[in-house]
Amino acid sequence: MSDRLNVLKTYKLYVGGKFPRSESGRVYEVTDAKGKWLANAPQSSRKDARDAVVAARKAFGGWAGATAYNRGQVLYRVAEMLEGRRAQFVHEVADAEGLSKSKAAEQVDAAVDRWVWYAGWTDKIAQVVGGGNPVAGPYFNLSSPEPTGVVAVLAPQESSFLGLVSVLAPVIATGNTAVVVASEKAPLPALSLAEVLATSDVPGGVVNVLSGRTAEIAAPLASHQDVNAIDLAGADEVLAKELEIAAADNLKRVLRPQPVDDWTATPGIDRLTAFLETKTVWHPTGSLGAGGSSY
Amino acid sequence: MPTTASAAHPLTDVTASDSTLRRFLHGLPGVDAVGLEARAASLGTRSIKTTAKAYAIDLAISMVDLTTLEGADTPGKVRALGAKAVRPDPTDRTTPATAAVCVYPDMVAVAKEAVAGSGVKVASVATAFPAGRAALPVKLADVRDAVAAGADEVDMVIDRGAFLAGHYMKVYDEIVAVREVCGTDARLKVIFETGELSTYDNIRRASWLGMLAGADFIKTSTGKVAVNATPANTLLMLEAVRDFRAQTGVQVGVKPAGGIRTSKDAIKFLVLVNETAGEDWLDNHWFRFGASSLLNDLLMQRQKLATGRYSGPDYVTVD
Repeated sequence: MSDRLNVLKTYKLYVGGKFPRSESGRVYEVTDAKGKWLANAPQSSRKDARDAVVAARKAFGGWAGATAYNRGQVLYRVAEMLEGRRAQFVHEVADAEGLSKSKAAEQVDAAVDRWVWYAGWTDKIAQVVGGGNPVAGPYFNLSSPEPTGVVAVLAPQESSFLGLVSVLAPVIATGNTAVVVASEKAPLPALSLAEVLATSDVPGGVVNVLSGRTAEIAAPLASHQDVNAIDLAGADEVLAKELEIAAADNLKRVLRPQPVDDWTATPGIDRLTAFLETKTVWHPTGSLGAGGSSY
Repeated sequence: MPTTASAAHPLTDVTASDSTLRRFLHGLPGVDAVGLEARAASLGTRSIKTTAKAYAIDLAISMVDLTTLEGADTPGKVRALGAKAVRPDPTDRTTPATAAVCVYPDMVAVAKEAVAGSGVKVASVATAFPAGRAALPVKLADVRDAVAAGADEVDMVIDRGAFLAGHYMKVYDEIVAVREVCGTDARLKVIFETGELSTYDNIRRASWLGMLAGADFIKTSTGKVAVNATPANTLLMLEAVRDFRAQTGVQVGVKPAGGIRTSKDAIKFLVLVNETAGEDWLDNHWFRFGASSLLNDLLMQRQKLATGRYSGPDYVTVD
């Protein structure tokens, strides 16, 4: 075997389709479950959070306006790309969570399957939560779900990859854009997921990934006037309360931390519907002539 | 015998003929392009925070020439712009008004009415803006219209074709003619369209030419070409107004326009002004920003300073 120098990976943030370092220039040490050094991850500041929100807002119109069918294709493509880098993710998840190779592989497979599952939902959710409403007048009255907007997602702290995918995929499946705060002590799978997203037709800015101290990054996101909703999955009880208070100022939609025992269980559509608004339109049916209904 | 301003002017001779003007302009020292850009870049790294930032943001807001120069401008849009210029942030009455609204000549009357009684000025582009490709009588008629409609300031474009061909006297005479039409009622801003002048040397020459011809303001660009105001070309023009005042005692304003979209950029320009021309120019009588979207960013930053929360485009007007 030849003597090769180690080529260590510089983990970077993912903002607006690019991979910048933290604006603050800070990094922090990431260790495996046993405390062995793995890599340095960028330690984001509030300005990184602000930049990520700007990128997410810019991407929102295009992503929300894409057809549901197209979004489904793009999400399926993410699953395809993940499958190709399965070995890398198994390795990273095993290190991050202290799992055996086979347990980590189960997590990664479940995560890939979850992308596929949510990809399928993109063009079906409207039929489930939307519909035609009976009204007392000559109108069609239709309700359809619309994405909420820019969603800040605090990824679960323990399940660094499957947990992350399980909270991120439903947010973007319905047309929202996301600013993700990765698990504080295990951010590497999230930062690598960003590389997958960058190569799988997801437009830049639809997903933005920040790593660092969750409390530091989450505070400006919760109070940010241009963030429409926040998922507090990765916040502990004290932090969640603080953030919910901060979020109340601009009437942000807040999803409180939900206890999840088993991330591999079928999630249901609760997370899909958490970040949807209902738009109702009244459409005249035309004059009802003497003969009765014209339709 | 009373001496007139022009007689006291130590540079009167240089505009006596085409050849003296050419000799003067080509005798100006060449611009060290690398040094200029490095100087502009290094001044751009100053960190302006807290109270200084709050001061800079309010100053920048008061220096904005809120601009709409679209073929699709309607009286309604101009009225909305006027209302915004007078009271940029209706949720916070401590926000200063902008310096002016900038419109096409046919919209001056509408704009005038919209800002009446507020102290906000109405600036009008003229002289076949933005290309400036029309005969002099047409350009002068354009200016006359704007002034007659009540424009407080006229933004004229120079004939870049003539300038680049070396017909400096033609450019000079045009500015003088426009200056005369403006009379005492309107201040004259002269737009060089620096993006089309190719070299820094040309920008320096144009600046001196404009000031010699009686410009009240020299302005970088129309906002209609690829390269508009940059820190480097604005720095160069600030040096020119500084040197011109030192030689003649006449103070001339500077207006960078186009491409300035963020508060951060605007504050960088203010640092340039302070470090180059000096504090005398830190006033909306002597320095302006030609911009439209900049104002929204300044307002969002102002809201952030006031509340501690990042603001968003939902909390400022769309246009």
